[in-house]
Amino acid sequence: MSVKTYDAGVKEYRAMYWTPDYVPLDTDLLACFKCTGQPGVPREEVAAAVAAESSTGTWSTVWSELLTDLEFYKGRAYRIEDVPGDKESFYAFIAYPIDLFEEGSVVNVLTSLVGNVFGFKALRHLRLEDIRFPIAYVKTCMGPPSGIQVERDKLNKYGRPLLGATIKPKLGLSAKNYGRAVYECLRGGLDLTKDDENVNSQPFMRWQNRFEFVAEAVSAAQAETGERKGHYLNVTAPDPEQMYERAEFAKELGQPIIMHDFLTGGFTANTGLAKWCRKNGMLLHIHRAMHAVIDRHPKHGIHFRVLAKCLRLSGGDHLHTGTVVGKLEGDRGSTLGFVDLLRESFIPEDRARGIFFDQDWGSMPGVFAVASGGIHVWHMPALVTIFGDDSVLQFGGGTQGHPWGNAAGAAANRVALEACVKARNEGRELEKEAREIMTAAAKHSPELAIAMETWKEIKFEFDTVDKLDVG
Amino acid sequence: MPFQSTTGDYQTKFTLETFGFLPPMTQEEIFDQIAYIIAQGWTPGIEHIHPSKSMNHYWTMWKLPFFGVTDLAQVVSELEACHRSYPDHHVRVTGYDNYTQSQGSCFVVFEGRG
Repeated sequence: MSVKTYDAGVKEYRAMYWTPDYVPLDTDLLACFKCTGQPGVPREEVAAAVAAESSTGTWSTVWSELLTDLEFYKGRAYRIEDVPGDKESFYAFIAYPIDLFEEGSVVNVLTSLVGNVFGFKALRHLRLEDIRFPIAYVKTCMGPPSGIQVERDKLNKYGRPLLGATIKPKLGLSAKNYGRAVYECLRGGLDLTKDDENVNSQPFMRWQNRFEFVAEAVSAAQAETGERKGHYLNVTAPDPEQMYERAEFAKELGQPIIMHDFLTGGFTANTGLAKWCRKNGMLLHIHRAMHAVIDRHPKHGIHFRVLAKCLRLSGGDHLHTGTVVGKLEGDRGSTLGFVDLLRESFIPEDRARGIFFDQDWGSMPGVFAVASGGIHVWHMPALVTIFGDDSVLQFGGGTQGHPWGNAAGAAANRVALEACVKARNEGRELEKEAREIMTAAAKHSPELAIAMETWKEIKFEFDTVDKLDVG
Repeated sequence: MPFQSTTGDYQTKFTLETFGFLPPMTQEEIFDQIAYIIAQGWTPGIEHIHPSKSMNHYWTMWKLPFFGVTDLAQVVSELEACHRSYPDHHVRVTGYDNYTQSQGSCFVVFEGRG
């Protein structure tokens, strides 16, 4: 028997979407938003409005609502918390039933959760801080094409972080000169080199030419060093057809790894490319251009931990995370939080690291954390401590800015890395004993000694703009 | 730069992955690295191969991995026995991590001359 009747007009959101007694289900997708409402609007109303506008609600009641059971489909604001040290904003926790989202589609999840609601007038600012993806949803996503363990096995790299560099100058080299820079880095001791994200297929270097010269550089370096090498060939392209064409050519050339920019390229392209990589046994490096536009403002946008989780679901074997110590923004606790979210299989709630929910990834492979940007040999002890083995440490200027050239710069970094790993395994405290460990390593490596001299004065000490919320 | 005028060109090194850029380890340093493998709960294993095939994924196993062995001396004596039997082969020690189903560590202890 139908009990509801149609009552046209505008209702307060909280009547339907504020449900403080609700106990979230294991299958619910949970989200935490940092809300800053317009003055005078009660918190419950703001939270309910966010829940409504990111799920089933519209500003006005419509008759066709009565043809379904919106109580089943609606998002629910179930908790409100103070933001430590901030009187103006608050956290709203919202639970969404799993049936609101298409299986295997981070695109669909984001379209709902960070769609129209972010332009909603009752809000001054809105930031999506975290999403708990239920394991039932995680299992509908493919995730990383290979993951950390498979990549280690393929590239034969064990017991240490991988070492890389982005080829510089980032724009303007011809394909043949570019391949030279790759060859010099790899023969010197790097495991991997990377196309800069800006390098796609410009007039000065078309992608086919770059791929061919780089392939020769990689195979020559492998043969001469006896170690396995790779170069992330950027297949980010104007349209999916060209993206796949580039990926296919990289595979034809026998290359182990390609690369994509997941935010500028978009999640649909990324998920498609990840599936292609799984099918073709290729590794996939992911760059994150545009992330700071979305994640840097402490009160508006999407925190990077959410983008990182979405990438793990969409698929990628590496993801840039910032360095904590280099030239780009990154709070240590918060960075460690999303590094765990990329690599571990279960991550418990930990507010000290900005993690609002337990996250269970089940059997989904882990993603290498990539630390890149403004780092040099003196940062090595801190980087090994912060990032541990399952990371790629990328020294662009710190390799190619070496006075003796790329190969010597690569060797300097490799010696520093291995000296730090060895010392750590011996039980020494890397950050405390950094100077002794590095100085001892430089005794048998003139390349390292010169590198330490070259970069001894460079520091990047600016205050972090986006800090964790603490009282 | 002094380098340009005082030394020759920059030579490529033939190396064997992890720790390949450090000077040969002393016996005590090797012990420390094996102790680390055991302390992580990983299973030590020994493999060897002729240097001409060092890029193969699969090297020949020296016996089975040493499951349950936590005695450093036992691993070291097996390493030495392997080296005595194949003096011209590379010999490496691996730490099998059954949680990640990968190797937590792997490095060459004896380099064969080939």
